[in-house]
Amino acid sequence: MSDTTRRNLLKGAGATLGAAAFAQAMAPLTKWTADLSFDEFLQKHYKEFTREEMAVVLRRLEEKTEREYGRKVSIQDLPPQEGVSFGYALNLSICIGCRKCAEACHQENNHDRRTGNSYIRILEMEQGSLDMERGTAFYDHDVPAPGKYYLPVQCHQCDNAPCVKVCPVQATWKEQDGVVVVDYNWCIGCRYCEAACPYHARRFNWTKPEVPADEINPDQGYLSNRIRPQGVVEKCTFCLHRTRAGRLPACLEACPTGARVFGNLLDPQSPIRWVLENKRVFVLKEELGTLPRFFYFFDK
Amino acid sequence: MDNVLPTRLLCLLVALSWCGCNRDAPRQLQPPPGPPTGVETVLVPEKLTSIESDEKDALGRPLRVPCATCHSLADARPMPSRPEQLQAFHRGLQFRHGELSCTSCHQADAPRSLHLATGQALPMTEVMTLCSQCHGPQARDYKAGAHGGMTGYWDLSRGGRTRNNCVSCHDPHTPKYAGAHPVMAPRPPLPHSEARAHE
Repeated sequence: MSDTTRRNLLKGAGATLGAAAFAQAMAPLTKWTADLSFDEFLQKHYKEFTREEMAVVLRRLEEKTEREYGRKVSIQDLPPQEGVSFGYALNLSICIGCRKCAEACHQENNHDRRTGNSYIRILEMEQGSLDMERGTAFYDHDVPAPGKYYLPVQCHQCDNAPCVKVCPVQATWKEQDGVVVVDYNWCIGCRYCEAACPYHARRFNWTKPEVPADEINPDQGYLSNRIRPQGVVEKCTFCLHRTRAGRLPACLEACPTGARVFGNLLDPQSPIRWVLENKRVFVLKEELGTLPRFFYFFDK
Repeated sequence: MDNVLPTRLLCLLVALSWCGCNRDAPRQLQPPPGPPTGVETVLVPEKLTSIESDEKDALGRPLRVPCATCHSLADARPMPSRPEQLQAFHRGLQFRHGELSCTSCHQADAPRSLHLATGQALPMTEVMTLCSQCHGPQARDYKAGAHGGMTGYWDLSRGGRTRNNCVSCHDPHTPKYAGAHPVMAPRPPLPHSEARAHE
């Protein structure tokens, strides 16, 4: 074996490593199954769809949901409305921390039942403090507890949204009506946005969501509450499948104390405008310059 | 399926090379909200016209008796000034609403109706007018849609909405909101083995 030179040995080792790396990279293809269709794998970015292509994608997703979850659903893609820009306000003097909003969100948005996921996290706060990092979401006693107040936190639909800026593949963006959305089929699950959000408003689907067929909300939107795939980030969309059809968000309707106010910021007659003009409103972590569309206020 | 993969990928590459990726027309927005045609309905809770009895219906719900069943009799007893004086009916009525007496809101000689501070009679179903005499800031906020909650449509050009009544949430005799035990109990973190599987 006179030709076993150092050069040949290194070449051989390099080729072996290269082949191994290539095989590993191609490994997902061996797991290619019917539920990851070519059409889904090769699907374009949401913004590149023509209307016809969108229709095809929606039908395919409806069929997939029926196949995997045993429920006939309708998935729509409602565009924003002209002259509409959404805003939300919450009265902290009235909220009692009962988590009914979180429950309504859980049901409306087809969240994973096993983890009890919701886009709303209610923080129990010490009266006198506004530091949300000191609040706890793990209280389980009668509410309101003495000396506490309750701070429900969900996506603030920031006009200067850090989560949108950090997305390496532009899978999340702000729509004309102010809602920050995610194309769940374009998201690569890197969770940069989740880390960038100062309000901890984004959630990650660690597993494929489990929702019993009879509990699935069949009124679904492509950018909102359709059942998300495993491994993607999701977030509150102000229930755009409802609000773009003129309806109120599910969390507002569920609030037993009427602490929530929602509406069109461009309509001077809307309740949300009245709150902004007549109450002392504030936003969370204003110093970060995120320009939220979610406002808080106290009655006194 | 494996043998079609290369063919289809090749077709795709060819297709991509001669067709652009951008949508051909800008996205169509929905038209702006029109003039408001939807109606705002204020709930009239049944407790304004009837009261629970001890009897239960077939579904186990308490049977409700209309106020008029007793209060249409001519010889209804005079109204006491404090709830503790109620001996036969409405016994055990809890009352924590400032320094008010029964007759501050109820008409002494016509218990089915209320009266305003001016003495003017007011049907029970219009109780919100009565509340608003003292609770001005709440009435103002309610009128603006910022108190009391609602269900239905934010866009009144697409549908109506339903508003709560003052007494939907506040018992007029003990108006402080009762509180509750929170739903959606917090979940413990995933068990160790399951959590590790994600690493």
